[in-house]
This record gives sequence, structure tokens and C-alpha cells, in this order.
Amino acid sequence: MSLLEVRDLDARHGLLQAVRGVSLTIEEGEIFALVGANGAGKTTLLRTIAGAHTPTAGSIRFDGADVSGMRSFKRVQMGIAMVPEGRRLFTGLTVEENLKVAGASCREGAWDMERVLTSFPLLRGCLKRRGGDLSGGQQQATAIGRALMTNPRVLLLDEVSLGLAPIAVDQVYDSLRNVIAGGATIVLVEQELGRALLVATRVACMLEGRIVLDGKTGDFTREQITEAYFGLRRVGSQG
Amino acid sequence: MFGVMRVINLAHGSIAILAAYVVWSLAEGLEISPFLALLAVMPIMALSGWLLQRAVLERGLRSGQLVPLLSTFGLAVVIDNLLFEKYGADTRSLAPNVGDLAFESWNLTDDIAVGQLAVLTFAVAVLLLGGLHLFLGRTTLGCAIRATTEDPDTAELVGINSRKVYAIAAAIALVTVALAGTFLGMRAAFDPYAGPAQLIFAFEAVVIGGPGSLWGTLWGGIILGVTQNLGSQISPQGFLIAGHVVFLLILTVRLLVNSSDLLRWVGSRLRLSE
Repeated sequence: MSLLEVRDLDARHGLLQAVRGVSLTIEEGEIFALVGANGAGKTTLLRTIAGAHTPTAGSIRFDGADVSGMRSFKRVQMGIAMVPEGRRLFTGLTVEENLKVAGASCREGAWDMERVLTSFPLLRGCLKRRGGDLSGGQQQATAIGRALMTNPRVLLLDEVSLGLAPIAVDQVYDSLRNVIAGGATIVLVEQELGRALLVATRVACMLEGRIVLDGKTGDFTREQITEAYFGLRRVGSQG
Repeated sequence: MFGVMRVINLAHGSIAILAAYVVWSLAEGLEISPFLALLAVMPIMALSGWLLQRAVLERGLRSGQLVPLLSTFGLAVVIDNLLFEKYGADTRSLAPNVGDLAFESWNLTDDIAVGQLAVLTFAVAVLLLGGLHLFLGRTTLGCAIRATTEDPDTAELVGINSRKVYAIAAAIALVTVALAGTFLGMRAAFDPYAGPAQLIFAFEAVVIGGPGSLWGTLWGGIILGVTQNLGSQISPQGFLIAGHVVFLLILTVRLLVNSSDLLRWVGSRLRLSE
């Protein structure tokens, strides 16, 4: 049985259909990279899986149970955690409070404050600082740490490198490797193809709300993924 | 507390008066102290707050910011008129029920005396705000309330049941309203339509102190109260006018000067003078 099973999922923003009939399955231990251009529907798909967005059709099963109609805080308690795009820290709370507030009502597990700080050493120095006063890299580390505090079975990461300085992206990815080494299941949305392919075991590419490519990272060349990314092959076959 | 929840509760004053009436009924009917009656009323108000949030405000919030505002306005009208229907136009007070406390005072010097009830009211206000401050700052639930008010969607994404958190906040809010209403009833007289006037004072105190700040609200209340009483020294009608004038003045200053700059400036001055 797959850990996460999405079937024929449709999601809309008003009249705009952002996700069109997406089906995918994610196995325990996979690092699943979801790539695609701006507006391809990656974020909406992730938010729908996390319960922050209501789908118009289709189903989401997690560990065999249908979670499609479940509110997001319940899904978190089952083990689906998400790091939202733009980090969305609680800016009025300190880093420590941001982490604690997430760990309060969730699953028991290996992740606690100490382990988060070991994986994200750059947080150690700024525990008492407010979320709004941090650098982008520290904010992103806090956001990921906050999600880990809920002891997720699958971690959804939306655009972790967006808006960060290259050195901060390196730091965040270094820390992510610690997390991956601990045997996590991760769905990673990333616009930067190179980075995504470095850590991922499986890759899927979205184009205009559909998944146009899905498979093991090694099965595709970079060119094939780039073509899918921009929809080149499809345009070519039509023309 | 509703400031924390970012809901403007136009029924705040009316609910305070409602609480005062319930306390009065219990105190008169059972011949018990209003303080005892208040203890009984507090859990009822907490439950009402929970219900108010779940049944009215939460549904309203789904349709935007304006709907909860309008529903609390409607609620205020309903409460005022139900009170009028039940208790009539007579003015009531809890003062007769607290005996000597209503007029006893401590003489600090030969010229200065402070009313015991006034001191008690102030002490309760400080303890309540201090308690709320510690609760919001130190406890996990307090953190969850702050996180939820800042960003309810993200709060849900880290496992916080935002609806429950809001309902708890509303329950706490109504308990504080019950306290306010009871102390108002002991200090002064109230009638069924006294709520909206109290609402104006509450709003002025919050705005003077800065929205979202608990200690600011205490300062706002002190500034407003002192000004009103200074105003009434000048002229019997000066009570309300002085309060409104200082409110408008501070509001204007707030609009002109970025409040955080002002606070930083005041803060640096205070540190220099130490």
C-alpha cells in the first residue's frame, strides 16, 4: 500500500482550473520532486494534499484512509505536514515558540526541539528572536523545523529556495540532507531543476495542471525533463 | 481579547450590561454577594462565548470581515431590547448588594482618599491583564492563540485546530466582559440601553492604548478615565467631552506619527532618564 495516493484530483481557483485530473502515488521513503513552470499547479496540488485548499473532484488517500474531506490540522495529526510557499512563519512569535506551537498537538515521534536544532544548527543562535526579524535562510529553516516538529510521515516542501540567497539555499539543502538521511518521505516542489534532481529519487513534471512526466530520477535525461517542463514536445507534436 | 481575535465586537458593551443584569438577578434573588454571583456567571459567559464564536462569528467570517461586525451589531440590538423587555426601564445598581464597599475609602492623607471599590477594580484589572499577558506569552495554548490570530491557515497546517482556538479565545473574552459588567454595576448604575455607551469607552481605551496591546489597553483606560474626571471638574458636562477630545487627539497623533516610531522614541527617552 502506498503512503499517499492521489486520484483524479481537480482543484480550482474560482474559474481557473489549476489542477486537472492529477493522479500520483508516493511510497514511504521516496524523495519526490515535483517540478514545473510558474502556474503549472504545483503549489495548488500540494496545498490540496495538505488540506489548505478544497478539491472540486478526486480523492486523496493517506495510509489507506480517505482524507479528502478532512481539515488540515487533522491531516497534520495523521502525519501530513507542509512547509508553505513563502515560509509563512508566525512573525509575532519567537523561533522557539514557532517550533513549540507546532509540536504541541501532534504525533509522537523522533522529532523534537533538540533534533530540529541538530539538523538546522543555524537556528540555535536565534531561538529567542521573532520570526519577523530573521534572515530568509533562518526563516526557511524555522519553517521546515516547524513542520518537522509535527513528526510527519510525509513532508510537503513548497519552493524552499524561492527568494533566498544562493548561500542560504545551500545551507537549507545541507540541512535537508540530514532530514533525508533520517529516512523521511518528502514531496518537494522546486523551480530550480538542478537542485531538485540532486536530492530526489523520483521526479514528476507538471504542465498546465497535468502531470506530463513521472518516474525514477535516473530514467530521464535532463533534456527530457526540460522538454516536459516547458511543454516543448507537446507543442512540437501539435505543430 | 477580541482585539487579539481581530473581530470587532459591537455587542461588547451590551454583553457587559447583560452580565451585570444576570449577576444582579442572582444577587437579589438568592440574596448572595455579587462576587459569588459573578463566580457562577463566569462559566456561563465562557460557554456563551464559545457558542457565539461557533454559531455566529465563525459562520460570519466565512463571508468576509464585515459580516461578523454586522452580526455583533444585531446581537447588541437584540440583547438591549430583551433586557428592556425583561427588566424595564428602571435603573439598577449592584452597589446596594456590596454593602459598605460601595462607599468606604482609605484615607491616604487628610485631603486624599481612595475608594476601596475603585482600588479593588483597578487591582482586578491589572491582575486580569497581567494574567492574560502571561497566558498568551508563556503557555502553549497562548502561543496557539497568537499563531492562529496571525495566520489561521498556516496554524492549521502545523496541527492547530483554529476553530477550537478561536472559540477558547471568545470564551475567555466573554469572561472578561462579565467581570467588566459586574464591576461597572457595583460602581455605577446601569439600564438596559447602557451597553453602547460603554462600548464607546472600551473602543476609546483600546485605540488610545494601541490595538492588540493588553498593557496599552490598561494605559488607555487610565488615560481616558483620568481625563473624563478632570473634565467633569471643569464642568459637569465635561466628563464625556474631555474623554472624546483626548481620544480624538491621540487618534490624530497616531495617524500622523507612526506608532512604532513613537514608542521607540518614548522607549529611548525612558532608558536615558533611568
